[in-house]
Amino acid sequence: MDMKKKKLAKLLITAAGLIALYALCIWMDQAITATSKLYMLITVVRKSAVYALVAVSMNLLNGFTGLFSLGQAGFMLIGAYTYAVFSIPSESISSVYQYYDAAINFSFQELINGIFGLEAMAAPGMIIGALIAILLAGVVAAFFAWLIGLPVLRLKSDYLAIATLGFAEIIKAIFQWQKFGPITNGSNVLRGYTRLSDFTFNIGGTQVSFATFVPVFVASICILIIVLLINSSYGRAFKAIREDEIAAEAMGVRLFKHKQMAFSISCFFAGVGGALLAMFMNTIQATQFKSSMTYEILLIVVLGGLGSVTGSCIASFLFIACSEWWLRGLDSGKFLGIESSLFRSGFRLVVFSVIIMVVVLFFRKGLMGQKELPDLFKKRKKAPKAAQAEGGAAK
Amino acid sequence: MLKIDGLKVSYGGIEAVKGITFEVPERKIVTLIGANGAGKSTTLRTIAGLVKPAKGRIHLQGEDITGLSPDRIVAKGVTLVPEGRHVFPDLTVLENLKIGAYLRKDDLSHDLNWVYELFPRLKERSWQAAGTLSGGEQQMLAVGRALMSRPKIIMMDEPSLGLAPIVVKGIFDIIKEINRMGVTVLLIEQNANMALRIADIGYVLETGTITMTGPGKQLLADPAIKAAYLGT
Repeated sequence: MDMKKKKLAKLLITAAGLIALYALCIWMDQAITATSKLYMLITVVRKSAVYALVAVSMNLLNGFTGLFSLGQAGFMLIGAYTYAVFSIPSESISSVYQYYDAAINFSFQELINGIFGLEAMAAPGMIIGALIAILLAGVVAAFFAWLIGLPVLRLKSDYLAIATLGFAEIIKAIFQWQKFGPITNGSNVLRGYTRLSDFTFNIGGTQVSFATFVPVFVASICILIIVLLINSSYGRAFKAIREDEIAAEAMGVRLFKHKQMAFSISCFFAGVGGALLAMFMNTIQATQFKSSMTYEILLIVVLGGLGSVTGSCIASFLFIACSEWWLRGLDSGKFLGIESSLFRSGFRLVVFSVIIMVVVLFFRKGLMGQKELPDLFKKRKKAPKAAQAEGGAAK
Repeated sequence: MLKIDGLKVSYGGIEAVKGITFEVPERKIVTLIGANGAGKSTTLRTIAGLVKPAKGRIHLQGEDITGLSPDRIVAKGVTLVPEGRHVFPDLTVLENLKIGAYLRKDDLSHDLNWVYELFPRLKERSWQAAGTLSGGEQQMLAVGRALMSRPKIIMMDEPSLGLAPIVVKGIFDIIKEINRMGVTVLLIEQNANMALRIADIGYVLETGTITMTGPGKQLLADPAIKAAYLGT
């Protein structure tokens, strides 16, 4: 009974927290206008929601399953392109695909509206169509992950990292290939698809924007699904593989099947993250998905703590806020009211590196280690002094 | 119950097990003793499906299980307690036990209680990370974890490794207890003295072949074994 009550309480707290977060996002969208000093906050929240999702998906692989993969940017690219290609309305296709005959000349948004007999870009079809495109982005990324996983997941540790990094670069190159131009528009930008700012609806005569709510909502639902997965028996099997492959295999955990599963699921959410990033960035181009994007996400995962979901979310917000907002002044001459000739382009990165080094020095296992946010508020059950003394001797 | 027939295993060209034949009758404790490199661990790992044999057959209750994948062998009721314990250090004791029952879809509470009854220590520590347990407790956890799959036969690879004599005695008492409850035990040990004392049947393995067999007590009294393994 006690366990059931605890579970219910947990559920209620999570639901209340999420609703509060959504309300805050919607309020921010209305209250903070483009001219406000706090406008940067909105950008940071949107981008960090996307990065938090991708970081958590990477954490599922690197932190929970112990597979060191560096292919995240490649799978985000697949997701972003899938989303964009299927969301460009037919009327703007000819202006986007200037040098090619577009092979896919419809968008889900139009299709859905067509079914209900609404105009091409009406709200219901746009929302459902965008959601379908986001889902498809994840599915396509997961499919490619499954294919790439067949050879790559037989490798271990560093070799796996190098191979996945290589595949991410190959994906980037293939998407820029002329021959695929009718689908990917070659190395040119894709634009005109449904963006975050399109989620502004006329409700009772006033324009209500959901541009921050949308990425936060999608990312939080996805992260919730990942958390449920981690706490399921599959998640336990993933952790067992991370801890000790031999023992996991001896217990009947099929190593390859589970690695393949973790890889595909992780890349599914990376694909969804890529789709959200496309919505955030307004235009996309394959060259934007550099390996440095993977490193940024890896940095977030490590700073937050390998094996901590809330750690990844917090680190994602702090990282994006620092790089996009708080440290901006270091590049433009004025920081915290101090003007100095030292503060010029590039100095921000110097300070940023120092901050990261300090964090890594003092938090060896990242900000959160393997703990989650609620763990910090819990009292330690019993102070097992005797056990610690014994355990120390055994290790 | 378990029949091994002419088993040969090689690792990269080196023949570790050179054609051994032995039998594990139901509800008995059987032990394989032998020096380092005799091929004891390889034999167990091959039965568990972690290593593929080059030649020979393994039968479980008349059914050929040679070359099956480890998960299917576990599902058929054969589990291995690996050498050096191999608990999952960052998972809690309870999570470790649950992984042991990974292939089972039914209710675990009955078996969980059973394991906790066998090892009251594990119950006290169920929320503790397995890596913080002492060596003896980790060995208990490794055995408990294997029992969670509800095996017909449990194979133990050097359960006494690196443990104090008093702890070793406790572990061997538990092995007898488990056997009394109807689980067949296949045990390999360097601590031949302890192993032969509780074994119904003992086999002596020397550089990949079985050189001697007999009831545990009889081997214990054999002068050749005394000289080679018991140091008396």
